[in-house]
This record gives sequence, C-alpha cells and structure tokens, in this order.
Amino acid sequence: MFGTVRARIILIAVLLLLCGWALLPKEGPTGERESPLKLGLDLQGGMHLAVEIDDPDGTLDAAAKADAIDRTLTTIRNRIDEFGVREPTIQRVGDARIVVELAGIDDPERAKSIVERTAFLEFKIVRGGEEFRRALPRIDRIIVREIGAENLEVVPILEPETPTGLQELLQGADSAAAEPGAADAGADTTTSGTGTDTAATGAGTDTAATGAGTDTTTGGEEEQELRPLTALLLESGQVGQFLVREQDIPTVERYLALEAVTDAIPRGAELKWGVEPIAGGADSYRTLFVLEDEPLLTGEDLADAGPAARDPTFNQPYVPFETTRRGARKFERGTSRHVGDLMAIVLDNKVQSAPVIRQTLGRRAQIEMGTGSSLQEAQDLALVLRAGALPQPIRIVEERSVGPSLGADSVRQGKMAFAIGIILVLLLMVAYYRVAGVMAVIALSFYVVLLLGGLAGLGATLTLPGIAGIILSIGMAVDANVLIFERIREELEAGKTPRTAVDTGFEAALSAIVDANLTTLITAIILFQFGTGPVRGFAVTLVIGILASFFTAIFVTRTLFMIYLDRRAAGAPIKI
Amino acid sequence: MRLFKDAKYPFMAGRRRAYIASAVLIGLGIASIVLHGGLKYGVDFTGGTLVQVEFNEQVDAANLRSVVEEAGFAGAAIQGFGGDREYLVRLQTFEEVAGQGEVERMLAAISAAFGEDGYTVLRVEAVGPKVGSELQRKAVLAILMSFVLTLIYLAFRFEWRFGVAAVVATIHDILITFGFISLVGIEITLGTVAAILTIVGYSLNDTIVVFDRIRENLRKKRKEPYETTLNRSINETLPRTVLTSGTTLVTLMALFLFGGSVIRPFAMVLILGVVIGTYSSIFVASPALLEIEEYGRRRAKAQRAHAAEA
Repeated sequence: MFGTVRARIILIAVLLLLCGWALLPKEGPTGERESPLKLGLDLQGGMHLAVEIDDPDGTLDAAAKADAIDRTLTTIRNRIDEFGVREPTIQRVGDARIVVELAGIDDPERAKSIVERTAFLEFKIVRGGEEFRRALPRIDRIIVREIGAENLEVVPILEPETPTGLQELLQGADSAAAEPGAADAGADTTTSGTGTDTAATGAGTDTAATGAGTDTTTGGEEEQELRPLTALLLESGQVGQFLVREQDIPTVERYLALEAVTDAIPRGAELKWGVEPIAGGADSYRTLFVLEDEPLLTGEDLADAGPAARDPTFNQPYVPFETTRRGARKFERGTSRHVGDLMAIVLDNKVQSAPVIRQTLGRRAQIEMGTGSSLQEAQDLALVLRAGALPQPIRIVEERSVGPSLGADSVRQGKMAFAIGIILVLLLMVAYYRVAGVMAVIALSFYVVLLLGGLAGLGATLTLPGIAGIILSIGMAVDANVLIFERIREELEAGKTPRTAVDTGFEAALSAIVDANLTTLITAIILFQFGTGPVRGFAVTLVIGILASFFTAIFVTRTLFMIYLDRRAAGAPIKI
Repeated sequence: MRLFKDAKYPFMAGRRRAYIASAVLIGLGIASIVLHGGLKYGVDFTGGTLVQVEFNEQVDAANLRSVVEEAGFAGAAIQGFGGDREYLVRLQTFEEVAGQGEVERMLAAISAAFGEDGYTVLRVEAVGPKVGSELQRKAVLAILMSFVLTLIYLAFRFEWRFGVAAVVATIHDILITFGFISLVGIEITLGTVAAILTIVGYSLNDTIVVFDRIRENLRKKRKEPYETTLNRSINETLPRTVLTSGTTLVTLMALFLFGGSVIRPFAMVLILGVVIGTYSSIFVASPALLEIEEYGRRRAKAQRAHAAEA
C-alpha cells in the first residue's frame, strides 16, 4: 500500500499537517489564545486536592455516602465556578473520593478553604446558662469517675485576686465583642451590643466568685472535691458564655467528648466554641457558648448571600443575606419570641458572633464577621453560602500544590535540558553515521513534532516526569535507528548490494525493535493504569513517545533511505 | 566512524568475575539498606506533610525550627535547600480536619513569625495515611504487574529459558538500584517508582536486543557450541549497545545537570539504571541463559546415564 515513495511522502506530509494543526494556538473558553499543550500542575503551578466524606464513626450507610458524594461534587463545582478558575478538573475517583485540580492559581490555601469548608450555617439562641451551671458539679464528678483522679491534670487553683483579673478581662472581652454587635447600620440587621446587660454581668461575676471561691476555701483538700471542668471555665460575665484559656481547650474538649458527660449536659442545650480568640492579660481565651440545640434558621433557608461589604463605622466586614419565603416565616417566628436574647451565628460549628436580637427579623439580615476578619474572608463566606453547604463535612486526604514560580523554573529547566540533550544526541548520530545520521536527525525531528502533536491532539497533560518520559522515548527512537543502521552496515560488510542491505537491515532489525517497544509499552500502560498525577503524565508521554518513535524509525527512516537510494548515482556506495 | 568493529571479547569466559562483581554490588546495597534501617519512604507512601518555602530574606534554620516547634510540630524535620532562604519542612503526620490541618497551622505560624508577605510557598505535599498506603499498594502492584506481563510476552516471543534469564537480570537490576537509592539517600516517592519501572523497561529492552541476536544465531549455526554463539551475539550487538546506552546517558546527563532540583534524583536513578541495565544484559542475562542451558544439559545427561543403568 505504501510501497511507492510518493505514497509514503504523502502519508508523512498528512501526519505533519495534522500535528501542525494540533499545535496551533487555540482560542480558549475565555477568548484568549492558549498554548495547545496542557501543562501539568507541577509545571504551571496549581493545586491537587483529594477529599472524602468525613465519617469517622462510620454512621453513614453506603447509600447515604453515595448521595453525600454526589451532592458534595455538585456543591464543590458550584463553588469553584463562582471562584473562577480556568479549566478546573473536579471529578469523582472511585466510590468515595473527589479530586479537585486547579491549575495556575495564586493562593492555594484560599482555594482550599473554599473547597473544604462545610459552610453549615445555623442561627441559635444563646441559653441563660443557669441550667448548665447547675449541671457542672455532676459533670465534674463524672469526669473524675471516667478519667480517674490520678490521671487528671493538676489545675492551678484560681488565686483570690481572680475576680479583679476577671474584671479586667471582662472589660477586654466586652470591648472586643461589642464592636461586632454594635454595627447596627443596616435596616434590618441582627445586631446590637453584645450582652452589655448588667444583670447578666452581675450574675456571671457572682457565680465566678462562688465557683472559684469554693476551690479557694477547700484549697488544702483538693482530693475531697476535684472540679476538673469547673476549674477551667471562667465566667465571662455574659449570658451563656464561659471563657477558656487557649492552652486548656484540648483538655476541655477531651472532657466534653466523654459520652457520660454528653449525657449529663442539660437536654436541649449544646456547647460550641467561639471562633475568635480574646486577649486578656498575658493569656488568650476562647469563648464557650451554651446554645439551644434547635436552630432558628439554617443555611438551607437562605435564598441569596452577599455581596460582602465592610461596615464603615466599625470597619468590620459583614455578609448580607436573604432568606427564602419559608425561611423568613421561620425566622420571624423564632426571633419574635426571643427579642432581647442573644442569637449565635454558628458557622461550621463555631460561633462567629452573638448579637442581641433587637426586633423581629424577616427576609433580610446580615452576618457579622469577627473583628479580625478581612473583607476577602467575608467575600469567600458569601460565595460558599451562595453555592450551598456541603451535605457532610469533608476531609482532605491528599493535598499537593506547587507555587507558580517553582513551576516556571521547572519548565525553563526542563526545556533547557530537553534542548541540550537532543542536540547532543543529534550531533553524535551525524558524527557516527554521516549521511544516515542526517536521515536519523530528520526522522527524530519528525518524531518530536509527532510527539508534541500527539500530546496536544489527545489533550494529554505534560508533567515534569512527562519530560523525562519524552527523553526516554527519544532514547528509544535513537535506539531503533541505531539497530537498523548497524544491521545495514553488517549486511554491507557481508558483501550485499546497498539496496538489499537496506532491505535486509530493516527486516532483521524489526523483531528487536518490536519486542523492545512492546515491552516498554506494557510498562507504560500499567503505569498509566496505576499511577496518579505526575506518574500518569510520565506514562502518557511514554506511550505516545513509543508509538511515535516506532513509526518514525520504521516508516520515516525507511522512506528517507528509499529516496536516498533512488537519487544516488547507480552503483555508488551508500554512506553509513 | 565505527566502534567495536569485529569485536571478539570473551565475555562468557569472564562471567564468574561478573558474578562476583554483581554479588558485591548487591551485598553492598543490602548492607546499606540494613544499616539505614530500611529504605527511606517519602510522604507519598508513609503519609505526612511536606512544605517547601522560600523566604525573601535569609532565615536561620534554627530560627525556623523554633518557630515550627512552637507551633506544636516537635517532630518536624527541617532541611535547607541551597542557601538560607529555601527550606523544606517535613512532618510525619497529616490528619486533615476541615480548616485545621497541619499545612494551615504551620503556614499560620510561619506567617506570624516572618510576616504574611515575607515568604512564598513553593510546594506543598500532604498525604493522608490512607492514601499513602493505597499508593504503596498500587506501586507494588504496578511493579509486579509489569513484571508478570513482560514475562508472559517474552515467553510467548522467545523460549521460556530466555524469559527466566531476563527475569534474573531484571531482579539483579532492581536489587542494585534499591541499594543505590539507599546508599545515596534518595527517598522512595511516586517518581522513584516510575524511575525504577523505567529502568526495568530499559534493561529488558537491552536484554531483548541481545537475546534477539542470540535467537537468530542459534537458528543459523546449530552446530556451534552454545557458549560461542552467546559470545558472538553479544559482540555483534556491542556497537549498538554502546551507542544506544551512550546517547541515552547523554540525554540523562543533560537532565541531571540542567533539569533542576525536582527532577535531579529521578535522573540520577535513571543514569544508574542505564549503566546497570547495559551491564546486566551482557554480564548477567546472557550468562544466566548459558547456566540454564548447561544445567538442562547436565540433567539430560544424568537422566540418560540413569536410564542406561536401569
């Protein structure tokens, strides 16, 4: 079929044109011209994330998990669409995993937080806390029983001067917490000063005195009355809020995680941490809120959120939102019963702020962010609220990111190594085989075009190991040529005519070339099957490279030889 | 130009010396692995966190260490990366709880100490233990699968003896490569596994070219002693072996010297692999073929003697 030189040249020309077309810059979806070669995350910078549904206790059955994965995939897609990344890859891998690949992003940590955030929003009333306070002695006894007195960390007993210290702290906490609350500029906001309620402060200080006082009086006989939890909770002076030193948080969390303790917490109440640290003297504190466990409203009732803005008076970012009709009715009902109470805005199980409900709230309200938040964080919150919450918290099981600068370095160095390597090989070939060497050079140039065209045409991604794969397959392309040329030399030495020597040379070398290429192809295909990310890129370039090298060595070099043999003066020796 | 024209080196006669050399290399490698307490696996397989940062100004390693340790990462390994501006911080753990993972906490600590804009994150690799063990399983499976499939292919294309000899040579190469990896202190990552598989492919490629010639010569000269045929085949393919290995080494050297820090270990393993693969196709694969043949012949003789006795 391709017996004649003309037919062969036509086929080669067609292939060259196809590759050239595949390598032409294309109009991207954004309208700008893009390089036809897709670069991997390791080359252009970017992030690879693998996430799974977080289900540490195994409470979800298979169907629930599959459903959660589907919904998570949709939500992450929506979020990334809103975030605006060019050509993101968001796909399910296996049954339980979602892989997100974002190329060329500047701030991987921010993108990551947008992906992984559950964005589960709840509005909950802050309880008076009296009930919980009454339950505390019992909880303390349970902790002692469960963990054992000897295993309890020795807690330094509060010094008598604590009340003064607390007073100072309260001032600090007040001013810190008052800012978010006081931002009441919006028409229908949820805000007001946070618990400057004097009655509450009075009660709080009182109880703190009793709580701490008991310990002080029984100072010498701790064993008699161990109060592992109470000792770590400081009264904040605000309704339903305690303060815990940052370094004590893990201990408190450990206590609260005990099953018997969970059971002892008053019915209908739950404990949640505040998101913002509060500075008080040398220590930093975190608020522990006592909340109603039934939310007034959740993120599902939201119709829209944003645009985020910054409060001009208090320089604090907020996210306005709008509820659905049903949500508005729920919100009205809930807030009308609790005017004057504090309402905690709970995002992903952390209390963002807890403003006072001044009046019944309806369709529009806004979420006040903590004082330390940036406008960008508020914008990101609006984004995830619009895109919807994840059905279940997710867990990142793999994260890889490469900064754009490292990627650019790698590309530059890879190109350089590629160029130097190939030029040296070409020089070697020409020096060693002369005219045949020039043919090999032409064939290898064709190989490079075919390889790059193949990569672009198949939409394969070029990774760093992929460049190594290319170099390896160049080695194999050279090897095929060497095998053929050596064989032709042997045949010529055996006294055959040039034409016969070339024919025999190609035929005899074929079996070794086929076997060598096929075994490597097997390895490459297996690598593709089992590999992830970069290794897969290596396998893809290797497969395309092997096919291209096989074709160029067997077909292109042969055609060049045919032309050479035809043009040579009759009977003249061939230069090989 | 013509190298090794009409070469007639007695490769087969010197095979016992080659056995000793191989045994020493493999022994050294195993000793290195044992002395290092096993191979060094990267975060890909063990799970863990790796953060590579570049500071705008010089930062003392001890300073960075104290910052990282104060953030609660006592077991962190800190490795300088050419100069006092680029560092690799490595943790044994990666347990991601939404928004509270190691990466965030570490970057927060670094930001607090050196300023938000005082550094650039070049690279993050964080792999959970589950993914790590999955990748490990996949890598082992990939190596085994490629092994088995190439063997089946060789058994189909050649005789079984060739297949066995090729496997002996390949195992030889893998053992020496692992020894080298341990000796130089390269970590086993996904990239290293790809490199090892490439070496397997390359070594097989080399072996196949020699075997192809042996197969051909065996058909042509049936009377010739087996050893002579093997030796002649190796010598006949010697120019090709040297030229191909040479050109591949040239490209790999370019990769090693100019390819950058990320790809350098990869290139280094491949360079060793090409050298070992070339050596083994001459000094291991073909001798193995000869030993198998002679073993078969001795057994046949013994059986004949046994039959004659009976």
